Amino acid sequence: MAKVVTEHDYKRGIEVLRTQIDAKIASYLSSCVNCGLCAEACLFYTETGDPRYTPIYKVEPMRRLWQREQTFAGKIGKALGFGRDLTEADFAEWQEMTYDSCTLCGRCSMVCPVGNDIAYMIRKQREAFSAAGYTPKGLQEASTRALEIGSPMGVTWKALSAQIGHVEKATGLMIPVDVQGADYMTLFSSMEIMNFPEYIEAIARIFDAAGVSWTVSSKAFEATNSGIQIGSSEIARELVSRVVDAAEGFGCKYVISPECGHAYTAIRWDGPNLIGRPYEFEVVHILELLDQLRQQGRLQTEGIDERHLTFHDPCQIVRRGGVEQEPRNLLGMVAPNFEEMPDRGIVNWCCGGGGGLSANEEAHDLRTTVFKVKKRQLEAVGVETMVTACANCRIVMEEALEHYEMPVVVEGVTELLAAHLKPKADAPQSAD
Amino acid sequence: MFLEFVEGPLWYIAVVIFLVGIAIRIYEVLARGVKPDLAVPRTDGMAGALRTIVTRSWTAKGFSSGAVFHLIAGYMFHIGLFVLIIFAAPHVVFIEERILGFGWTPAPHWVFIVAADLAFAGLVLLWLRRMMHPVMRQISTFDDHAAAVLTFVVMFTGCMALLLSHDSLRAIHMLTVCMLMIYFPFSRLMHAFTFVISRSYTGAVMGRKGVQA
Repeated sequence: MAKVVTEHDYKRGIEVLRTQIDAKIASYLSSCVNCGLCAEACLFYTETGDPRYTPIYKVEPMRRLWQREQTFAGKIGKALGFGRDLTEADFAEWQEMTYDSCTLCGRCSMVCPVGNDIAYMIRKQREAFSAAGYTPKGLQEASTRALEIGSPMGVTWKALSAQIGHVEKATGLMIPVDVQGADYMTLFSSMEIMNFPEYIEAIARIFDAAGVSWTVSSKAFEATNSGIQIGSSEIARELVSRVVDAAEGFGCKYVISPECGHAYTAIRWDGPNLIGRPYEFEVVHILELLDQLRQQGRLQTEGIDERHLTFHDPCQIVRRGGVEQEPRNLLGMVAPNFEEMPDRGIVNWCCGGGGGLSANEEAHDLRTTVFKVKKRQLEAVGVETMVTACANCRIVMEEALEHYEMPVVVEGVTELLAAHLKPKADAPQSAD
Repeated sequence: MFLEFVEGPLWYIAVVIFLVGIAIRIYEVLARGVKPDLAVPRTDGMAGALRTIVTRSWTAKGFSSGAVFHLIAGYMFHIGLFVLIIFAAPHVVFIEERILGFGWTPAPHWVFIVAADLAFAGLVLLWLRRMMHPVMRQISTFDDHAAAVLTFVVMFTGCMALLLSHDSLRAIHMLTVCMLMIYFPFSRLMHAFTFVISRSYTGAVMGRKGVQA
């Protein structure tokens, strides 16, 4: 089993950092002209004014190592005794920049004039810091729980089973568990299971109405992946493999990624590369599936939500995941007059809790500070309800809204649709 | 004598270092390789790469407010410099006689003046920003300043040589050009070539995800 490194070993970190610099990163480092535009795209800089939070500066250890060891000018300089190697102090200093002040939201990657994907560089730098043991305690503990218990929040199958029991009682529906040959295997995030079980109820009702063949795995129900956040491909691979083994064991055609941002990145985009092969199934985000059902006429709603709504684009689902139009199509069914925030879609501002920050207590105050940008976005539209599609965004924003005493309610897209679901008797039935 | 040296042996040495250096730098980048992406793409990566090569030439919608100064100064400098290098009359003659064997119609004198003004103003503005803005001071390295100074000196000596038409000024300009060409592959000036690669990689990845980056 993969392990979380908790002992400091910066030399190990340097070894790993060397291996992370591929042609992409080498081209990024060769192209960067230190223009500083990425700072203007980063909420940690805009909301604090601290120049250390300039995204490209966060990967300074990577740049130094590349410059010194992987360019011919650097090699000559090193041979002549110029410059210095990375030290333990560098790892200690840059841990904050690598974890506490970056949500991997990728907004900086959208503005760089030479096209540098800085979020990718930070993700790769995290591999080195993770191997060196320079990681936030909260992420270490979450990753350990994910490996040992199966969930970063320590949610067991028994806990989910209990929630399923509550949902079955509330809906009168049977939640399918470990069904061989089901079309779809559904994943949940721990946050949904413990904080927002209404998501489970919502998909149960929608899937029942739409005639979706689905199942939950008692062995692999957790969608989140702490390995992606802490920056350990080894941990990430093990967590993804559990889902892959379960889905392929059931012979499922699809795995549904839930309303969780980084879970989608982990299972949809990183997963095949982590396990070294394509899946035998397809990964579909719940928003993509709901939009497909809408197009097929299998998702039918009734009534209009008259509240003043806006939509928060989760970074990993929209900017880093490509699911931008689907939530808008779905919101259009029940809230056609929802108002977009000033920055939206692929340029939306992060909630401040991605990339593992929500599990990183050392970054709590900074996370709350950088929420000010979301606060301004919300004040610009003056809504009473914000809909989103990520349980992590939701819990982070709910806490920050409470802190800033803003009377804005946060809801999930799936939950909102389920609230307007046309009763089954009226909806056309369809086999898959 | 000095002019013969800088336009003769030194020029050839500079050209060799410039070309070989760039080739090595690009090889250093590409040789590191990228693992194939095994995730099923949503859309075509190649189209995404081509799109991003073009679209990163301007600031994406939603980012312009914080980038206005940089965008304007950057365009002033790069467009001005491009016109100076390619269309200044002495450069056209030099390129025809010493490099390609053919030339083209040079820009009229007033275009040269406008281009020079733009390039100087853009470079100075960008450099001032580098020295005054807290972010720029935090991230700037010796290389950033060295490249800016060298480029400024090359442009300045070039303008002096053209306006005063004196062999010694021409020799000084050629000397600074050779210095810049020798320094080029060792510096961030490499972005003039590698930006195509970096934009392509990001564009391809985002294109596969169906994101218009």
